[in-house]
Formats: sequence, C-alpha cells, structure tokens
Amino acid sequence: MYVAAKGGERAIENAHRLLAYERRGDPSVPELSLAQIGEQLTLAVDRVMNEGSLYDRELAALAIKQARGDLIEAIFLVRAFRATLPRFGASEPVDTAAVSVRRRISATFKDLPGGQLLGPTFDYTHRLLEPESALALTGEPARAEANQNTMPRVTDLLAGEDLVEPSPPADSEARIGDLTQDPLSLPAARDVRLQNLARGDEGFLLALGYSTQRGYGRNHPFAGEIRLGEAELEFAAEEVGFAVPLGRITVTECQMINQFRGSASEPPRFTRGYGLGFGQCERKAMAMALVDRALRARELGEEIRGPAQDEEFVLSHSDNVQATGFVEHLKLPHYVDFQAELGLVRRLRAEFEEAGTAGSVREAAE
Amino acid sequence: MNTPAYNFAYLDEQTKRMIRRAILKAVAIPGYQVPFASREMPMPYGWGTGGVQVTAAILGPDDLLKVIDQGSDDTTNAVSIRKFFMKTAGARTTTSTRKATVIQTRHRIPEAPLGEHQILVFQVPIPEPLRFLEPRETETRRMHALAEYGLMHVKLYEDIARHGHIATTYAYPVKVDGRYVMDPSPTPKFDNPKMNDCAALQLFGAGREKRIYAIPPYTQVKSLDFDDHPFERYRADGTCALCGAADSFLDEVLTDDRGGRMFVCSDTDHCETRRSRRSGEPQQVSP
Amino acid sequence: MTDMDDEEPLLIAQGLTKWYGRQLGCRDVSLDLYEGEVMAVVGESGSGKSTLLQLLSAQLEATAGRVLYRMRDGVTRDLSILGEAERRFLARTDWGYVHQEPTLGLRMMVSAGANVGERLMAVGWRHYGKIRGAATNWLERVELDPARIDDTPQTYSGGMRQRLQIARNLVTHPRLVLMDEPTGGLDVSVQARLLDLLRGLVADLKLSAVIVTHDLAVARLLSDRIMVMKGGEVIETGLTDQVLDDPCKPYTQLLVASILPP
Repeated sequence: MYVAAKGGERAIENAHRLLAYERRGDPSVPELSLAQIGEQLTLAVDRVMNEGSLYDRELAALAIKQARGDLIEAIFLVRAFRATLPRFGASEPVDTAAVSVRRRISATFKDLPGGQLLGPTFDYTHRLLEPESALALTGEPARAEANQNTMPRVTDLLAGEDLVEPSPPADSEARIGDLTQDPLSLPAARDVRLQNLARGDEGFLLALGYSTQRGYGRNHPFAGEIRLGEAELEFAAEEVGFAVPLGRITVTECQMINQFRGSASEPPRFTRGYGLGFGQCERKAMAMALVDRALRARELGEEIRGPAQDEEFVLSHSDNVQATGFVEHLKLPHYVDFQAELGLVRRLRAEFEEAGTAGSVREAAE
Repeated sequence: MNTPAYNFAYLDEQTKRMIRRAILKAVAIPGYQVPFASREMPMPYGWGTGGVQVTAAILGPDDLLKVIDQGSDDTTNAVSIRKFFMKTAGARTTTSTRKATVIQTRHRIPEAPLGEHQILVFQVPIPEPLRFLEPRETETRRMHALAEYGLMHVKLYEDIARHGHIATTYAYPVKVDGRYVMDPSPTPKFDNPKMNDCAALQLFGAGREKRIYAIPPYTQVKSLDFDDHPFERYRADGTCALCGAADSFLDEVLTDDRGGRMFVCSDTDHCETRRSRRSGEPQQVSP
Repeated sequence: MTDMDDEEPLLIAQGLTKWYGRQLGCRDVSLDLYEGEVMAVVGESGSGKSTLLQLLSAQLEATAGRVLYRMRDGVTRDLSILGEAERRFLARTDWGYVHQEPTLGLRMMVSAGANVGERLMAVGWRHYGKIRGAATNWLERVELDPARIDDTPQTYSGGMRQRLQIARNLVTHPRLVLMDEPTGGLDVSVQARLLDLLRGLVADLKLSAVIVTHDLAVARLLSDRIMVMKGGEVIETGLTDQVLDDPCKPYTQLLVASILPP
C-alpha cells in the first residue's frame, strides 16, 4: 500500500546537522579562526567583500568559514546580511588620487613621477608549488615609503595635455543609481553599469574582458595605472554641516587607456575604462575596466561585435548570487511541470505510432 | 560585530512599503509586470524569494499561512519557507486550503475553490511570457506597451504545424482583462481556468527578475489559443489511488523498475480532505 | 469627394535631408507618390537612395524636412507626429518593406507559414485553419510550392526567400511597399522571374511602391517614374521611359550610356 512520503521537515533538520558536522571536519584538527582567515586568506576576504558589496573584513571571514570556503556561498551570506542593515546615506566620493599607495604600476610609461612601486604582488613570482616550510616568513621585508604628493594619476598627467577624454562630470543634482534599492532598467547609465560590474562575478568579467582582447570587440587597452592603497572614507553629516571621516578602506583602482577617437570637430583623444574594488583585487579591477570600456560601445558609436559590448547580456548575467540561485533551483522539485510534459510527449508518441500503423495498413491494402 | 534584530516577517518596514506600492500598481493594471527592488533574502534567488517578499509584505499577525510546492505542504522547499515565516513572524500556519488566509504556492493552484478572504501568492521564475521568443527586455517591454502579441501566436501556430497540438503544457500564457499577456508561473495548464473570475486576489512575485504582477478578484483570464484549436486542460488519465478523485491533477509515482506506476493527487490537502470525509475523521490544523 | 481623395498623393516627402554627423546622407529630396504608382530611385552606391528609403519608412529620423502619408481614413498625417504605436501598426499593416537581404525581413527559424501568417495574427486573426489557408494562398501567388509551408526559410534558396519576404509583406494588403534592391544578389535568371512576379503583383494589387535600385533595367521594367540620385542629391526626376530614353542631365546620360546592351 503506497503511503505518501512524509518527513520533509525532519530530513531538512538532519541535513543541517550533518552539514555542521562536515563543516567542522576532523575534530582533532584545530578549528579555523576568523583572525586566521582574515590575515592569511586576505584575497578571499577581499573578493567576498567586493561581490558581497559590504566592507567588513571580519564578517567576510565569518561568511567564508560558515560557507566552508565556497566563496559564492559566502558572498550570498554577506549580501543577505547587508540587506538587513539600516542605511544612513552615501559617502563622499573616494579620492583615489589621495590614496596612501602601497602598490602603483603603469604599463604606459617606463618611468613617471612617483615611480613604479611593485608592492605585494604575485606578478613576478615563479609559479612553483613550494613545500609548506618554504612559505614561512624569513625576516622583515623592505618597504618603500610612498609619498602620494609625488604620485599623480597617469590619467591626470595625460589629461594635462588633453590626450585622454575627461571623465564625464557627474550631474550633482541627479540621484546616483543604486542597484540595491532599484531594479536594473535598461539602457543603463554608467553609474549603474559600474555598480553592476563592481559586484559582478570575477570569473564572468574576466572571461568577457579576455574576449575583448581576443577580438570580440577589441578596444586596444593599455594599463594606464593600477594602484592599491588605503583611502579615507568620509560622510557628509547634515547635522554638523561638514564631512566626517568614517575610517580607511583598502581599494584597488585600474585605469585602462583605450583606443583613441576623434571626429571632424573633436581632436583625437584616448578613451578610458575604469575599475575599482575593495581590498586587493587587481584581476577584478582590470577585467572591470575592460568590460566598462566595451560597454561604452554604444555611447562611442562603435560597432557592437562581441558579447562584452552587449549591455543587456552583460548586466543581466553578472550577478553570481542570482545566477547560482537560478541554476541551482533546478534541484527543486519540478515533477508537476514534468508530469505535464510527460503527458504531451506520450500523447504525441501515440499519435505518431497510429499514423505509422495507418500508413502501413494503407500500403498493405494497396 | 553587528548582529541584526529582524523585523516582523524579516523585511524592514521601508521595504514592505516599497513592495506594497508595487503590489498596488500591479492590482491597478492587471497582468502588467511592475518592476520592484527585490531584496537579497536568506534563501537563494530562484527558490521563492519573490513569493516570500510578497507574502512578507502582506502578512499580518492575524493571518493563517499555508505554503505548498508542487501542491504539497510537505515538500522540502515548502517546509523551509513555512519555517521561515514561523521563525520571523511567529506566523500561524495550516495545511488547510479552506482555512488559510494567505497561500504561498509554487507550481500549482489548489483544487479547492478560493474565497474573497484569501490571497494566493505565486512563486515566479521567469515573469516574461515572451522571454523565450524574444530574449531582449527592451524589446519585450515595448511589445507589452504596444500590445504587440503577434509573436506569441506565431509560437502557438508553429506548435500546431509541427506537432498537431499547442505544445505548451505548463506556464501557459493567458490574456488578463483583455489587455496584458501574462505568464501564470509554471503551473500546469490544468490550473489555468481556476485563475479566471477567481474570488481571491492572485499575486505573482519574481524575486530574481524583480517583477510583481497581479490578477484582481473576479478578473477575466483567458488562455491563448486558436478558434479551431481551443485551449484544452490536460490531466493524466486515471484516478487517485488514495482518495479516488477523478478530477484532480495527478502525480505519477514510480513503484518499481519494471514500469509499475500509480497516480496520486498532487494537492495533498485536497486528497487528505477527501479521505477524511470518506472515513469520517476530523481534519487536523497544524500548530 | 472620393475623386478629390484619389488625386491626393499617398506619400509626400518635403525637403528631406539627413546628415550623419558631417557626412551627408541626402539633401532636400521631395517627391509625391500617388496610389498605384511605382517610383524607382536609382543611383550608384553612396548616392543616398537607401537613406531616402529609410527616411520614408520612418526608420531614420530626418535632420530636416518631413514625410506625409495619407492614412486609410483619408487624412494626410506627418509621420514624425504619429506615436510609435501608430507607426509600428502602419509598418505591420499598411506598409511593406522588402529588404535586399531576405534574412533581415524574415524570421529564419520559424516556418514559412508562420512567417506569412504573423501579420495576420498580429491584427487579430485567431483561426489556425484560415491563417494557414491564407498563407498557402500567398505562397502560391508568389510561386512557391505550398507543400513547403512548414519548412523554415533556412531550407529555402535566395530567390525563394525573397519571394517569401514579399508574401509576408503583402498578406495584409498594404497600400505602399518600399523595396531596397529587391533583386540584388540574385542569379540573373532568378532575377528575371522575380521581376516578372513583382510586376504582376504590383499591377494586380494596385500597389504604390518606391523601389531603390542601381539597376536601370529593373527601373524600366517596374516603375512609372524615376528619380536619379548622386552624392545625396536629386539629379533628375520624371517619367521612367522619358528619362531613360532622353536623359537631360549629364550624369543621367552617363548612367544610361553605361548600360551594356543586352
């Protein structure tokens, strides 16, 4: 006698308990601390802050631990938490020229005011897997003191000669778009596009940026400047009438210098792509700058040839929390819709067979 | 570290107000998809966040909530969502369709006819009925604005030309109040007629796609078809092995690996009600 | 009153000018097209004839000048004042637009029958049998095999696709058809048959048409009047036979002279 399966509730509770157990792993192995994750898996924390759209290293570390290292799951946790936080307003725009620089490079000039400061980077390491012991610290590293007064932005230097297009000035009256408050509406203005890219999946943007380099909407990029450092965050408090410093955040900024353009009425200038993120996230900032520039194709009158230039495609699929939700939702029961399809297919097959036998009966009769 | 204190039903009042404004717009324009600023919820996009946000915005302390998925109260996601509202709103819940004031559902409309005191909240994955014919949102918005639905009928024509039948078996498009073409969510087309002239308010929430739409009570809802290929309800040929119903939507259950199968009502409350009537047992309401 | 209406042009262009930045598309083009009249716009590539066609069909916005169209209710309206909904409705019912490249004017992944039936469905036809019947009818009229009604245009040759595009456009009995090099890119023999078909259809349905072509032979075969363009400017207009037999302007003379005798 068939009895409808019950106990979905108990199954879920048991699954949660098993998950917690697996998360801890072998109890004889020391438990990971949030401090360890924050200090030693810094770049994972940076990514979770970026795509979670929340600057809080401790929370990001907690999310990574709770998510067992699955970064997209951790990003989801941070986003969901963010949605519950009260909002006071928007900070003043971060002045990246005033960042206290720890790393600053430019591919467009051999040397420039302030110099090339390599900072902490994997760039010139040899990707040889080391025995763990070789990862141990061996004394204090050399540190160069960066004097940001002598480190002007490359784009400002080029702009001084009017060689690069100016950043379009913001309309101070216009409300800045906010994807966490309003649904995306297309066509999108650049503020919303950049926001979408900033919280977009690093892998997705990386692939799209890569595709532009391989010809799917090529825009001849040069890395004008990449800088990493700490920036002061300020908030204009109405009650006191001036900007109040909230603290310092680490940011990575990438300015791409791209294909020049001019017209009969405008002298030729280089165009730009922009990327900015929390923490040290060069790959993300660079990919973001490549895609930002690609998405300006419409505005710059360029032929749209590759997916990276397709605004609707890029902006609708960049959010990995949405993407994973929908992809993984296929695990949910769909047996009712499947039942409906089964019914149709069975009926069509029956008709197909009937037509077949009718045909052969006719042939036999002839 | 900040630890959040959650508002009644999780969402803050500001967000609820925003969602209610969207709902009001949706009710004012039956079948029209109203964009809304969907929030990140504690369950993933695609797992009912739209429906959950609509329910959270309308749920009050006096409501009695029923949550079903595939017609059943006991499927894992229905359990998870019901627990969510019990935890964040202290919601009173029930499995009884008749007694519930708010019913959140995925992929089915309950068999029992609904009343004026009830609201049915649908979970919607893809709100745009034209999406698979025209992937661009900019174009589909225009098509709705100009009531350009020729493409929809082209699809139906193609089905008949190719298969001899309209090949859409669920998420079957309907015309609401004679104006907007709407996707009823992946309910089987068997359920389409229930939306027409329904006494209850029907609300549709798509969290990931950020749209809310509505069918006000007693609104005309007509499934798209051709005059000479009229809309047909499909139902498996059989009766429920548990309660004997011959007119409810049936789930197929595989009983062995040699093709053995049986059919049971997809709507578990409907089935249990019929069975308890036959045996004279009183119905249970969940605490 | 009806006689007066018949004497009003169906389509009027006044001083149409289009600049693409500093590049001239066309300048100061005016024409009057009457019902049942076919006008050919000829010129080499870059003459501005395609720009003109797009301006006439409101696909492009003019820099200066306007386009007026006499609607079915007899009222002549400025196209730029019509709302987008009305313009799109006109484009689906009262007008036809035949692209040089048929894939632009067809739904390639949808059957021939659906391609022809779409406009009917868009204006409210709801009987599958009747839609299919009308589609079959039109396939026959454009000399396509009605047995191929369920095939997609993917499986059709270039000439067949062009015929299908024509059928798709004519099914709602439009009064005005705009054609952009309708026989361009086709085999010479295929061209000849297609031109024959077009001539027959235009006469039978009393269509008004503006046909853009670089081929004077097409103009001679199909059109009552001709407009010669070069570098965005109108060089000469008049009755086709007159202009082609006795061209006034030096450029027109050059054009006519360059046709190799058959």
